[in-house]
Amino acid sequence: MLIHPEEILETIKMVSSENLDIRTVTMGISLRGCSHPDIDTFNENVYNRIMYYAKDLVKTTNEIQNLYGIPIINKRISVTPIAIVAESCDATDLTSVAQTLDRAAEDAGVDFIGGFSALVQKGMTPGDLNLINSIPRALATTNKVCSSVNVATTKAGINMDAVALMGKVIKETAEMTKDNAGIGCAKLVVFANAPEDNPFMAGAFHGVGEPDCVINVGVSGPGVVNSAVRSLKDPTLGDISECIKKTAFKITRMGEMVGREAARRLNVQFGVLDLSLAPTPAIGDSVAAILEAMGLESCGTHGTTAALALLNDAVKKGGAMASSSVGGLSGAFIPVSEDEGMIRAVQRGSLSLDKLEAMTSVCSVGLDMIAVPGDTSSSTISAIIADEMAIGMINKKTTAVRVIPAPDTKVGDMIEFGGLLGSAPVMPVHNFSSEQFISRGGRIPAPIQSLTN
Amino acid sequence: MSSSRFIITVIGIDKVGIVAGITQTMAQYNVNIVDISQTIMDDLFTMIMLAQITEENFDLSAFQQAMSEKGTALGVEVKVQNEDAFRFMHRI
Repeated sequence: MLIHPEEILETIKMVSSENLDIRTVTMGISLRGCSHPDIDTFNENVYNRIMYYAKDLVKTTNEIQNLYGIPIINKRISVTPIAIVAESCDATDLTSVAQTLDRAAEDAGVDFIGGFSALVQKGMTPGDLNLINSIPRALATTNKVCSSVNVATTKAGINMDAVALMGKVIKETAEMTKDNAGIGCAKLVVFANAPEDNPFMAGAFHGVGEPDCVINVGVSGPGVVNSAVRSLKDPTLGDISECIKKTAFKITRMGEMVGREAARRLNVQFGVLDLSLAPTPAIGDSVAAILEAMGLESCGTHGTTAALALLNDAVKKGGAMASSSVGGLSGAFIPVSEDEGMIRAVQRGSLSLDKLEAMTSVCSVGLDMIAVPGDTSSSTISAIIADEMAIGMINKKTTAVRVIPAPDTKVGDMIEFGGLLGSAPVMPVHNFSSEQFISRGGRIPAPIQSLTN
Repeated sequence: MSSSRFIITVIGIDKVGIVAGITQTMAQYNVNIVDISQTIMDDLFTMIMLAQITEENFDLSAFQQAMSEKGTALGVEVKVQNEDAFRFMHRI
């Protein structure tokens, strides 16, 4: 037999007991041809365009799932940032566009649709402002729409006016979805250096440099890495890195195969393969558990940043070898609510917001799915965003903030979102004010790192 | 284009008639066995077959369902997966 029985059983074990999955097949669709001054016509164009490309997405991915016996958990769509394509609309309220996206997502049978987005790192156009102002109502009146705003890049610096505005938008979104613990905020991301081909939600959008339609695939498997690391007998850190690299390689190959087959069957271009260790609430399918497997008593203690740096780098190296088109975020995610080990670490008192912030300087994303008390001021949220954006800007990497100031909650409460979003312990923030700093507005200029030409 | 060869794995508690039952269903669907290996791993009966499907419009999902039902009747877990799933992961 060409493939050894042990290898066959290894693959089967990864899927059946270690939660290896293709987390998402995300179809990116350009809406650049949809613009129209009349918002009703525009919405119709958007709907038709999405359905034209995405009508067979779910059926095709299900066929591939059965063919290979590898679960494909989510099917998603990302579209051109709506702020760009709706710029020419006469209307200022873009909520109906979000509702159109929601309807298209529902009819196509996908789980999420991303791209209710704006890119405002250096300033805002009227269309950008219309979109940002529409976010709270858009997220409160839709189920599947995800929104993101890029407020900083290494090349442009940080748009602090936008940072200040996003603090208010996040508060308002939480308030408008307070019947569901502020779940609207779980679908809203503020970015620095947002990738244009990321298949993961809530931050996915279809960048302006992308083709008309593209398939991007996100693979996950913290459980597989966790059990591989735990099976090592008294390893050195070098052994651990080597083990993670090899495991990441295998997982990535699986994603590459699925992505190419999906693109071929749908007759669209294959974009990128994003290998990100995205945890789920399942026991063991946890990034925190991997860090603890390396020898930390509890995630968040001293040494956590170093362990995460090792993990993130080894994942990238294994992924880069396995696929010729690695992109998106590709690294380790540390969303608190979605990771059973992170939740436990917070409850034990070993993991704080400040430590999470430090960890984001060495992993692929940012402060993700973190609940803070309902009375947290918008300027404090803006200041949390500003810190995170600064890390991204200076280190030339993507960072993001997805915080939920869950209304009427206090430190220690648990908020339930359900499904992949999990449940979040409300974490304390600093009580000293950042009000004056945030209210100054303007821009933090592009850093010296931007002068590369 | 994906391969026309499939890996069929049968895992469960050993008993009389597993091989006979599984291969009978395969014969009904005209699925040819290219290679077969059988072992006991962690006290579990483990059979791995490499099978070839020659028909142009083979109904894979019907075959998968029939195999899975047969497995349930025999008290074992049966998976039918395209060979590429393993080839991609373990071979460059």
